[in-house]
Amino acid sequence: MRDPDFHHALKIVRELCIGCTHCMNICPTEAIRVKNGKAVLIDNRCVDCGFCYRVCPVNAIIVEQDDFDRIFEYKVRVALVPAVMTGQFADNITTRQIHSELMELGFTHVYEVEQGVEVLYETMKEYLENRKETKPLISSFCPAIVRLIQVKFPALVDNLIHLKPPLDVSALDFRRQLAEQGYDNNETGIFYITPCAAKIAAVKSPVGEKNSPITGVINMNFIFNKVFTRIKQRKGNSCIIPETRNLTGRAIMWSLTNGESTHTGGRSLAVDEIHNVINFLEQLENEEMKDIDFLELRACDESCAGGVLTTANRFFTVERLKKLAARAGDGVTGNKKDNNMIERAKTRLKKQIPIQPVRPRSMLKLDEDMAEALRKMKRVEEIGKCLPDVDCAACGSPSCQSFAEDIVQGYAKLNQCVFVQRIFEKKGILSSEESFSIMKEVWGSDKLDKNC
Amino acid sequence: MHYEYAIEGGNFSKAGLASSEVKKKLRQLNVDNQVVKRVVVALYEAEVNIVAHAYNGTMNVEIDEEKILLVLQDSGPGIPDIEKAMEEGYSTASPEVREMGFGAGMGLSNIKKNVDHLDISSEIGKGTRVEMITYINRGR
Ligand SMILES: Nc1ncnc2c1ncn2[C@@H]1O[C@H](COP(=O)(O)OP(=O)(O)O)[C@@H](O)[C@H]1O
Ligand code: SF4
Ligand SMILES: [Mg+2]
Repeated sequence: MRDPDFHHALKIVRELCIGCTHCMNICPTEAIRVKNGKAVLIDNRCVDCGFCYRVCPVNAIIVEQDDFDRIFEYKVRVALVPAVMTGQFADNITTRQIHSELMELGFTHVYEVEQGVEVLYETMKEYLENRKETKPLISSFCPAIVRLIQVKFPALVDNLIHLKPPLDVSALDFRRQLAEQGYDNNETGIFYITPCAAKIAAVKSPVGEKNSPITGVINMNFIFNKVFTRIKQRKGNSCIIPETRNLTGRAIMWSLTNGESTHTGGRSLAVDEIHNVINFLEQLENEEMKDIDFLELRACDESCAGGVLTTANRFFTVERLKKLAARAGDGVTGNKKDNNMIERAKTRLKKQIPIQPVRPRSMLKLDEDMAEALRKMKRVEEIGKCLPDVDCAACGSPSCQSFAEDIVQGYAKLNQCVFVQRIFEKKGILSSEESFSIMKEVWGSDKLDKNC
Repeated sequence: MHYEYAIEGGNFSKAGLASSEVKKKLRQLNVDNQVVKRVVVALYEAEVNIVAHAYNGTMNVEIDEEKILLVLQDSGPGIPDIEKAMEEGYSTASPEVREMGFGAGMGLSNIKKNVDHLDISSEIGKGTRVEMITYINRGR
């Protein structure tokens, strides 16, 4: 069954794609195939982790963002910026400088996503306490992980924490604050500067909530280039001074690896990079690991510092944010006005922070009906015996196993396998001309019209 | 569907592999999540028991529309007192095995909790046979 409203931010541009299989081979959920020489995405398997985007040698995979000029449709134009944005820049460029450049670009307000952390923090502590018997509770911070669990680890959906991430909490809080200041909610556009595709997908089709409080999403690398150029030209003399509320150290570190797990108490673990997460969850499902209270799982290596839309080296980003966090210190800022604001937000948002339980959407099942699934599985195994187990991907599927499944599901034909072709040719049931035209169907003519 | 997996005694780095394979099959067959969970936990414990306590063994898995039948047969020292072995917390695991995070003595009782039918037979000096059945549609 397919989710009708399942949005993907990742798009493959057919005209640019050269069908090189890099993306197909790295995809952690086997969501890519090659057909007619082009990569195609299987919608209900993709979790928007963006690993394909990273490896594409010709930039044929794009992350669809909102047109920047959309911000000008709103009177109040809020940029919601995550802390890793500051981490994109060298130490001598301050957060304030970056934010003031954002205002020069046309935003009327700049807020940091992690302002929501302190609001969320208390709610989360209470939540963890109340659901102590569920082990482990899994953070729903990273939307790629939430989707991964839905499609690949359906038995773990109930372990997900049903609370909004800081991004949504902040957006709600700022909407409320602006409304209190007399701004019309319909004239307020909140634009999130995203480090990844997963967050875009989460905003466009949220899991566990009806709609997102965020109006649009703009890619961090796009904004980085604009801001960086301006800072260079101006040599650090920006004019507008944005109002800021200082983040706590905890908030600055929240989106990085161990950002949550160091504050959740009990036995808490952090795992980053999606392939690592998959291995970990495989073991967890067998209950090989008992007595873990809390799991922080992030799709990117070094978490959001390694988001696919970041520009800076992730290790430098972490280094910079660590320095900032050390200076800020933990706990609430000590500023009375800030503390009051957080207190107020907590009470107001209490009801809005929880989300609905997350539904499983298993991509693994061969069929809804078990009898049919059993028949298909038998077929998969029979086909598997004919295949060479070299996972060469020349058939257009990422592995012999996935190819066998594709055949049974009607998406591929056995004679697409180059080894099977040779066997069939030897037996005289397939001519080399026929093999050739089958390969053209998979790989397009470019790769085969060569003069060798 | 019928599958057989070999289990190597003493090789803790491989413990759990066969259980993972079976889990994948059950997912592909669209077996209810709760049933998968229960089967996999029981299977894993039984697999680890062969790794921890016996010399080597096999896991036989038979899946049809009604039930999942699992038979784990090993050659090993056998269990002298099955009733006692079933008790929560009872374990003869060596300190080394415990060091690795196994041997809390909860395995057999955990299996009992998670399957619909359990039958253990054992011959001292020869080996142990654990048979488990889980019905797929029970309680649904
Ligand atoms: N396959 C087996 N072969 C021999 N002895 C076993 C086997 N399975 C279980 N036992 C015995 O039963 C005891 C209890 O098993 P179990 O409840 O799984 O706890 P644990 O494996 O943690 O010791 C073991 O310590 C061992 O003495
Ligand atoms: S770790 Fe952060 S940047 Fe990476 S996918 Fe998850 S939320 Fe996005
Ligand atoms: Mg045991």
